[in-house]
Amino acid sequence: MAETSGVGRGYLAVRGWRSWAFTLDHKRIGAMYLWTTIFFFLVGGVFALLLRLELLSPQTRYFSNHAYNVFFTLHGSMMIFLFIIPAIPSGLGNFFIPLHIGARDVAFPRLNLASYWVFAAGFLVIIGSLVAPMDTGWTFYTPYSAKSAAAVTTLSLGLFLIGLSSILTGLNFIVTIHKLRAPGMTWHRMPLFLWSMYATSIIQVIATPVVGVTFLLLAAERLLGVGFYDPAKGGDPVLFQHFFWFYSHPVVYVMILPAMGIISEVIPVFSRKPIFGYKAIAYSSLAIAFLGFLVWGHHMFTSGMSPLANAIFSFLTFFVAVPTAVKVFNWIATLYKGSITFESPMLYALTFIFLFAVGGLTGPFLGALATNVQLHDTYFVVAHFHYTMMGGTVMGFFAGLHYWFPKMTGKMLNEKVARIAWALVFIGFNVTFFTMFIVGTRGMPRRYAEYLPRFHTENVISTIGSAVLAIGILVMCWNFLQGLRKGAPAPADPWRALSLEWRAASPPETENFHEIPVVTEWPYGYGTTKA
Amino acid sequence: MNAPSADHHDPSVAFESAKLGVWTFLATEVLLFGALFTAYTIFRMKYPELFRVEHAKLDRVLGAVNTVVLITSSFTVVLGVDAIKRGKARLLEVCFGATILLAAVFLCVKYVEYAAKFHHGLYPRTNLFFSLYFMMTGLHGIHVLLGMGLLSYVIVLSRRGRLSASYHTPAEMSGLYWHFVDLVWIYLFPLLYLLG
Repeated sequence: MAETSGVGRGYLAVRGWRSWAFTLDHKRIGAMYLWTTIFFFLVGGVFALLLRLELLSPQTRYFSNHAYNVFFTLHGSMMIFLFIIPAIPSGLGNFFIPLHIGARDVAFPRLNLASYWVFAAGFLVIIGSLVAPMDTGWTFYTPYSAKSAAAVTTLSLGLFLIGLSSILTGLNFIVTIHKLRAPGMTWHRMPLFLWSMYATSIIQVIATPVVGVTFLLLAAERLLGVGFYDPAKGGDPVLFQHFFWFYSHPVVYVMILPAMGIISEVIPVFSRKPIFGYKAIAYSSLAIAFLGFLVWGHHMFTSGMSPLANAIFSFLTFFVAVPTAVKVFNWIATLYKGSITFESPMLYALTFIFLFAVGGLTGPFLGALATNVQLHDTYFVVAHFHYTMMGGTVMGFFAGLHYWFPKMTGKMLNEKVARIAWALVFIGFNVTFFTMFIVGTRGMPRRYAEYLPRFHTENVISTIGSAVLAIGILVMCWNFLQGLRKGAPAPADPWRALSLEWRAASPPETENFHEIPVVTEWPYGYGTTKA
Repeated sequence: MNAPSADHHDPSVAFESAKLGVWTFLATEVLLFGALFTAYTIFRMKYPELFRVEHAKLDRVLGAVNTVVLITSSFTVVLGVDAIKRGKARLLEVCFGATILLAAVFLCVKYVEYAAKFHHGLYPRTNLFFSLYFMMTGLHGIHVLLGMGLLSYVIVLSRRGRLSASYHTPAEMSGLYWHFVDLVWIYLFPLLYLLG
């Protein structure tokens, strides 16, 4: 099916910074997002390593308590707002949504470029706020955030811009998927990555405005003395928490759904089997998006909501587990009796299933009221969301990077180095975070620079694990750079995959396809007729 | 269920896309104001007495005048969009110009109201009612300003001869946005000025 052997430079042919800064090409914009978000991933990772370094000893040794608070705030906010939310949707999504539906670009290319520059303005403002760095944690709870001497107002403005960029991107994707599908590309012939990106975009568009106005009101509280969150003026700090989690819970599905989409693409390719339960996976994405809006209260069980509200939110929270489990079972059923090969994208995809299952199954412990009261704000929570966010989303992101690297760059990766990096990441991750489950159940609270001496051994183990994890990620990055510089030229379809992006050249031409493809069947016919 | 075309350069695809895009954007705007309306509901239920006393300090006459001004401006926008659909670019410019003028009148009245409130020592920090009043009308005012910018942009496009009966997407889309801005005010006016 390949149109060319992929020796050209495709969309990368024109050089110079102007060709990037003013580009309307969704692939270049996606690539800019990828470079930016990976940069912040590495910076956020450095902060994590500093935290682990401090936690080598039960007493504060290297940093002050304030510095520790600043580090974990920066780690959390960078990872959440500047890496994990935009990385897959704005990076890989931008690159592959038009290719997947057989379009030449997104529906609004200029808006797409604008959303990147709004994002850039946002992170510049956030960097500017470092003159008085944040020490509030990434949740910015009032009343402390309304009074803290840190540059909360500046940071709120930066996050507002990041949110605006996220809304514009989501809006662009919704319209693109509705209006620009190639002839014959019905909803049920779309790759599952698109279903998850569609669900993601809906969440971005509906939830983000609320957090935007929440940050505006926080800024107004600091600048104008507006009292919505201030009990002294009759306001209510818990209102801030409601607004904040109305966005920030659904947004965890903005983080995980795109990764689930990548897994749904990678698993059938490397199992050489049609995806099992296509419609179940597709609609479970929408179900997750819908249910995700009804469960924000489970972050606030100890914030003084009524027992009835607690019970309802707890009950609804368990429902989210259903569509999530539907996906996992379908992936496993796809693997069953497949001819599985273990290339690096597949290794990360399988890692996703394993780690995400651990992260997912520890969720109900936190969703249940009785155990939540015991585990709330302990390291059990830290372990839980790192298993879902890093074990889930980041592994899905790595799977996507390895899977699509040949398409994006036109070069092949060194597979052996990729597998070594994977092994280090896998071991390092589990050593770092599994120990946190253990200390969490034994009562070690999160967010403190000091801890009781009886947790010392586990914390040392965890820090060693974080070093292994960091080395693994560095090896992976080095492999990417080596691949970019001197990787072997990639054919159009190195994995013998059937979705439309592999029909374009590697790397694709500026408008993707010489002729818009006509779609006659779904993209998962592995092992049956064609491949 | 086939999409008409995967080519975003196709004018009919571009028009349909723009329409869906603007409606989706307006949905995000509803959510943006939604948080403020939620805060309004909560605090009103919690402090009915405060709202009853404080709302009387607002100037109902100026509020009513502004309501008429904005509704009229929605009417002139409709006339403008209808004009360009019939190919009358000049009429579009006149109608959108009138809309911008009405928007300016609205903001001037708002300025008079704000000034009077400040004069009487009523600020966003005074109490929860005035926090809500200034935040809601302020955010709405910013939207009016942005709308004036959008409408001016459409006039510039029209002066350059870029709009016609066959291509009038920018006029129609900014018209949709303007109706939304109008609609928000139609909720704000009774909630803040009238309900005691």
